Amino acid sequence: MRQFGYVRAVSPREATGQYRDGAAYLGGGTNLVDLMRLGVAAPDRVIDVTGALSAEIAAAEGGGLTIGAGVRNSDLASHPLVRERYPMLARAVLNGASGQIRNAATTGGNLLQRTRCPYFQDVAMPCNKRSPGSGCQATAPGADTGHMAIFGHSPFCVATHPSDLAVALTALNARVRVVSPADGGPASAVGPEGDPQDGTRQNRGRWIEMPGLHRLPGGVPEQDTVLHPGELITEVELPPPPGAGNTPARQTYRKVRERASFAFALVSVAALLEVDADGRVRECRIALGGVAHAPWRAHAVERVLLGVPPSAEAFARAADAELRYARPLPGNAYKVTLARNLITSVLEELMP
Amino acid sequence: MESEYATHITLTVNGEPCAVTVDNRMSVLDLLRERLGLTGTKKGCDHGQCGACTVLADGRRVNACLALAVACDGAGIRTVEGLAGPDGLHPLQRAFLRHDAFQCGYCTPGQLCSAVGMLTEPGPSAVTQDLALDPALTAGEIRERMSGNLCRCGAYVNIVRAIGSEAPPGREVAESAISIGDTAPYPPAGRLDAEGPGAEGALR
Repeated sequence: MRQFGYVRAVSPREATGQYRDGAAYLGGGTNLVDLMRLGVAAPDRVIDVTGALSAEIAAAEGGGLTIGAGVRNSDLASHPLVRERYPMLARAVLNGASGQIRNAATTGGNLLQRTRCPYFQDVAMPCNKRSPGSGCQATAPGADTGHMAIFGHSPFCVATHPSDLAVALTALNARVRVVSPADGGPASAVGPEGDPQDGTRQNRGRWIEMPGLHRLPGGVPEQDTVLHPGELITEVELPPPPGAGNTPARQTYRKVRERASFAFALVSVAALLEVDADGRVRECRIALGGVAHAPWRAHAVERVLLGVPPSAEAFARAADAELRYARPLPGNAYKVTLARNLITSVLEELMP
Repeated sequence: MESEYATHITLTVNGEPCAVTVDNRMSVLDLLRERLGLTGTKKGCDHGQCGACTVLADGRRVNACLALAVACDGAGIRTVEGLAGPDGLHPLQRAFLRHDAFQCGYCTPGQLCSAVGMLTEPGPSAVTQDLALDPALTAGEIRERMSGNLCRCGAYVNIVRAIGSEAPPGREVAESAISIGDTAPYPPAGRLDAEGPGAEGALR
């Protein structure tokens, strides 16, 4: 591991103020420390932000929820409001990693974890994400593509995003607040009091909608997200859960993996279904994990189901509408079938 | 050795204050083993995947291999060496002996620290049906909650039994729910306690 200077920041502003080229923010360390040990990441300055970020979960005005970026995964999953109102989020987090890792991993860090593509993690292999321009071993003849993407990949990168949390947040239309080194200055007190909607937005960071935080690889797979260098996620905001009163929306998260626990998704699905009093779908949301470089919002499924009576046949038709766009690689066509069956099965589970 | 790349930290290890200057790259695991002589905590994969290095940091179980020592400045660390009290072994250590919950023993310190932490963790797990409940610790719940600790000898069956026998009040395990496959009958813990380790074989 390369030597690095260590700085412990006590506020987001101090953290971004300490940022410079070659620095990395440290949350729980469950991914970054491992990548540093593997030689995949080699920051010369590590800025510990665990003491700089809010570790609070609070009900927001209008019925939503605000989650500090420093909230540990285990605290997020066990929070009463998350369990009651955003069950897909609690289930997604509980399906990620192990108890030990969830105790350390932070909300912000979880969203920014890197792919577990074995070629990315092996510094002896070419990888455009780790070393831009070096090539992609995962697309070479004989490569093991079993865990790679079926949607949205490019000739330069076929890796998938590993986060379960991000998939649920994508289905829940969450947004993340980020601050950047450019936000510095006396007026830039970034904290709960800052109102991003008012005229001082420039000084209070910016909001990024999900889906929209993570990007597809295209020609620049080294960029996992739309964050600029030095930008720091400070909080996640959830809108009120859809559906209320007589026809509450039901939601869940299901993950298929190669063993029963502590493994990354082959395919996962965050699903929400709301059926109105006339027995027609009022709202459906589907986000898939394990299938793309970003959490994959299945808009085609949602469109097909809107306004129709829910049924196994309708769910299958909707799933097919999405999977028509899949481009499986040699060795991962099983994910297309798996995703189809998973979408259908989870929606059937959510039927009233 | 104070420099840009080293930091003086103070922490508490098994109740003892500890002040040490560490290379910023040093993990809590290496600090414990290489600097403090506490070799009970084991290095397995060094990537957070096996759980052999599990310790309690401010009461929460974590992988010591993924925790930078410098980031734990001010923390209270408890290792397997700190589980036993003045009255002897920790109840979970006794349970592991009673249920023969190990073979080679390499994963055992991590299993013990993980179980001690796990038994204090609130809320549901990935296998809990009703998210509103803090479920009873069935064998299925214990397996899921302990999935961060591998045992390559495959002593899982007795590890689950040992942990199940120490479930805290309010989260007791149905006796029928703790054996292999969650269905076979299971000898009551009290009976094993009374008859001692030697009785275990006869009950199989």
